[in-house]
Amino acid sequence: MQTGKLKIRTLKNNIFKSTVIVFSVVTILPILLIIYELVSKGIKQISFDFILKTPPDTFEAMTALSNGELIPGGIANGIAGTLFMVIMASVIAIPVGVITGIFLYENQGKPLANLTRNVSDILQGVPSIVLGLIAYIWIVKPVTHGFSALAGSVSLSIMMLPMIVRSTEETLKMIPQTIKEAALALGVPYYKVILRVLVPTGFSGLLTGILLSISRILGETAPLMLTALGSSAINFNIAKPTSAVPLLIWEFYNDPNMVDLIWSSSLLLMAMVLSLNIISKRIVARTK
Amino acid sequence: MNTDKITKAVLQFSSLIILLVAGGMIFSLVEGAVPAFKEFGFKFIFSNNWNPTEGKENFGALPFIAGTLITSVTALLISLPLSFSASLFLSEYYRRTRMAKVLGMMVDLLAGIPSIVYGLWGFYVLRPVLIDLGLPNQGFGIFTASIILAIMIIPYATSLSNEIISMVPNELKEGAYSLGATKLEVITHVIVPSARSGIVAGYILSFGRAHGETMAVTMLIGNANIIPNGLFSTGNTMASVIANQFGEAEGLKLSSLIAIGLLLFLITGIINTIGKFIIKKMA
Repeated sequence: MQTGKLKIRTLKNNIFKSTVIVFSVVTILPILLIIYELVSKGIKQISFDFILKTPPDTFEAMTALSNGELIPGGIANGIAGTLFMVIMASVIAIPVGVITGIFLYENQGKPLANLTRNVSDILQGVPSIVLGLIAYIWIVKPVTHGFSALAGSVSLSIMMLPMIVRSTEETLKMIPQTIKEAALALGVPYYKVILRVLVPTGFSGLLTGILLSISRILGETAPLMLTALGSSAINFNIAKPTSAVPLLIWEFYNDPNMVDLIWSSSLLLMAMVLSLNIISKRIVARTK
Repeated sequence: MNTDKITKAVLQFSSLIILLVAGGMIFSLVEGAVPAFKEFGFKFIFSNNWNPTEGKENFGALPFIAGTLITSVTALLISLPLSFSASLFLSEYYRRTRMAKVLGMMVDLLAGIPSIVYGLWGFYVLRPVLIDLGLPNQGFGIFTASIILAIMIIPYATSLSNEIISMVPNELKEGAYSLGATKLEVITHVIVPSARSGIVAGYILSFGRAHGETMAVTMLIGNANIIPNGLFSTGNTMASVIANQFGEAEGLKLSSLIAIGLLLFLITGIINTIGKFIIKKMA
């Protein structure tokens, strides 16, 4: 009788273990399938032209399709727009984010710091499309009177901000108090303690947080649809509509003649996001 | 000494920027939503009309609120067994092994895939499979969108419950093992009870994340402005209706979309606050 019960218990245990393993494998299947799909369908379009030229118009693409050729042109306008807006968003978000992170670290437990931390947490949860609406209300209507790169950057920077604040504070918390106290004991002014002690010691952590936040905004489409809109030429004017890689993917998706370009564009976008992810993980691994 | 004061002022100022941004966001959303609420009153939330025809304009948010809730709940239910299994795999069964490292990396990669790429994959790969299985509406609808959403929230739910399960003290588990408990019994009687609130919080946070996902849902849900009448019906979520209808929006329609944005902001804010509150109480 006893052994029978034990058998059932072991059986249950083994069934559960197999279920866990099967479900875990199912969990990682999508990523393998997605990467397979992107590489197998996208790799044939990748070339120097793809990075250096702007997309063809629908008619050119249709001609190429009917002749059985690869679609000419590339996504240079998207790459340029993405870099332009991401850099601008970083210029806005990094200083504010890092300084706020330092403020939170230096004022642990004080009411203003707690409020800021909670508000920053709430900001992090705001859906990206709402940030697009906000940038539309703040920039597109009153400032640039039309869709613009500036509006896109503002929506992306609001997205980056809370991530940078969080990672800065978490990084600084790991720095030993004694280092800071040693500097203060030597009579070093406060700003120099921050610039020469806190920031350099936590540099790799700060960099990781920044890179991760950039990798998160690289693929954002929804807020840019409401702000930067897209453009068929390369544009570096902050007051004009600008394209971005994810916006181009959306355009190709909606144009039956251009569909072949979505896979290569997605592959490139994924490569950008994943390499940033891997670089930042490397930095973490090295500092540990 | 003076520089210290300036430094402190700069630090304080930048934290005020965040507060200003957040306050300004609420203000602008409310201000933008006022015309819609003035026109329709609180019926805006409970009305299922969506008629942009000029002169007979009538907007209500109920179809989208319903669509958002149904897709998010379905996505959560689909992702629950998967992400719970993955977190057990990572933090119990194969803790600190190479296999766990690879699995963990793959799950992290899921978080790095842009929403629009998920949408493409759902459209070109998943949808044909579902059509073969006999799904109506060309494979578009709540169910298709929910599957993709489920995949998208797996990494968040997994990493949070993984972290919490790893924090369960070894002494507790060893105590149970020494009494002769099997691994399953340790999981159900020791790990789950002591990590319960953290795991729940993780799922609440990913539930909140599912609410705001836009692109993938927009590409798969079928974009019908109706209250979905079942799992396989088409519909629209709050995020997807904004993305879809924003292009040609003016006046009252724009205000209605902003009002939907405000509702979305409030709903996700409440869900996230509850999740964070539970986590904080645990720590």
